[in-house]
Amino acid sequence: MAQANVNPTRMELTKQKKKLNTARKGHKLLKDKRDELMRQFLDLVRENKALREEVEEGIKKANQNFVLAGSVMSKEAVSVAFMAPKQEVSLDVSERNVMSVDIPVFDAKMRTSDANDIYSYGFAFTSSDLDDAVFSLSQLLPKMLKLAESEKSCQLMAAEIEKTRRRVNALEHVIIPRAQENIKYISMKLDENERSSQVRLMKVKDMMLEEAHHYKDRQ
Amino acid sequence: MYKIAVLGDWDSIFGFATLGLDTFPISDPEEGARVLKELAESDYGIIYITEALAAKLDTHIQKYADRQLPAIILIPGASGNTGAGIAAVKRSVEKAVGSDIIFNN
Repeated sequence: MAQANVNPTRMELTKQKKKLNTARKGHKLLKDKRDELMRQFLDLVRENKALREEVEEGIKKANQNFVLAGSVMSKEAVSVAFMAPKQEVSLDVSERNVMSVDIPVFDAKMRTSDANDIYSYGFAFTSSDLDDAVFSLSQLLPKMLKLAESEKSCQLMAAEIEKTRRRVNALEHVIIPRAQENIKYISMKLDENERSSQVRLMKVKDMMLEEAHHYKDRQ
Repeated sequence: MYKIAVLGDWDSIFGFATLGLDTFPISDPEEGARVLKELAESDYGIIYITEALAAKLDTHIQKYADRQLPAIILIPGASGNTGAGIAAVKRSVEKAVGSDIIFNN
């Protein structure tokens, strides 16, 4: 196989054995990492799916309300109503480390915490459907933030799992077999060399004895 | 401190302004790509984007998939749910596991 590029020496043999050892250790660690990542990912992705379904349902409802509101009010009136929002959201981002993946944690701060104080317009010239729409959307916001958090985490973890799986496979199917092959090749070559030098020595010994005692002539 | 942006057609996103999110009405994809790039480079932590617009900006969105921030999240627009949001989740499952084991029912 790929033996052509290794020298059959003792030093190379030690090197390859060390390499095999390291590769085995690394393989075990990476495999554990992959399994744990996968377990956490599956939990997270289930949560992600549930949240997404909720949020999509919620947005659909809110949109229905907005359409109703839009049908009784002109677009300009709606625009004016939303021109100066009362509510303000600022986002605090920290990170959490899950199996060497940094995933973001979002923490939103609202300016007004009172749920009834979010309407940025007087009630005189707007439809009540608009109130419903705004209310349902504001109820949805915490879920949307959670969705953003878990979906981003899922994306990042999926990328990390893919990378780790590639590494595990490379070690398992390429690096480790190749090192084993090399070790086998070198040890066979060394044995072969040893045998051939043994034979050579025996032969030389025979020749020297012959020279000294002339066994052949005596017979 | 980070901010939250919402991108999409006006009908789908104008409501989010009341929640204090920054809305950016986008009508054509090229403008969307430019705005998305601008937002992603500045201090926006989450960018919600309507599925309809996201479908046209897919290559631009993929660029930010490996970055920790911003999180670009698809939401259904006023014209209805295209299923692209769930498909994105499905894609990440397929990427991680190799085959879809969550949504196959």
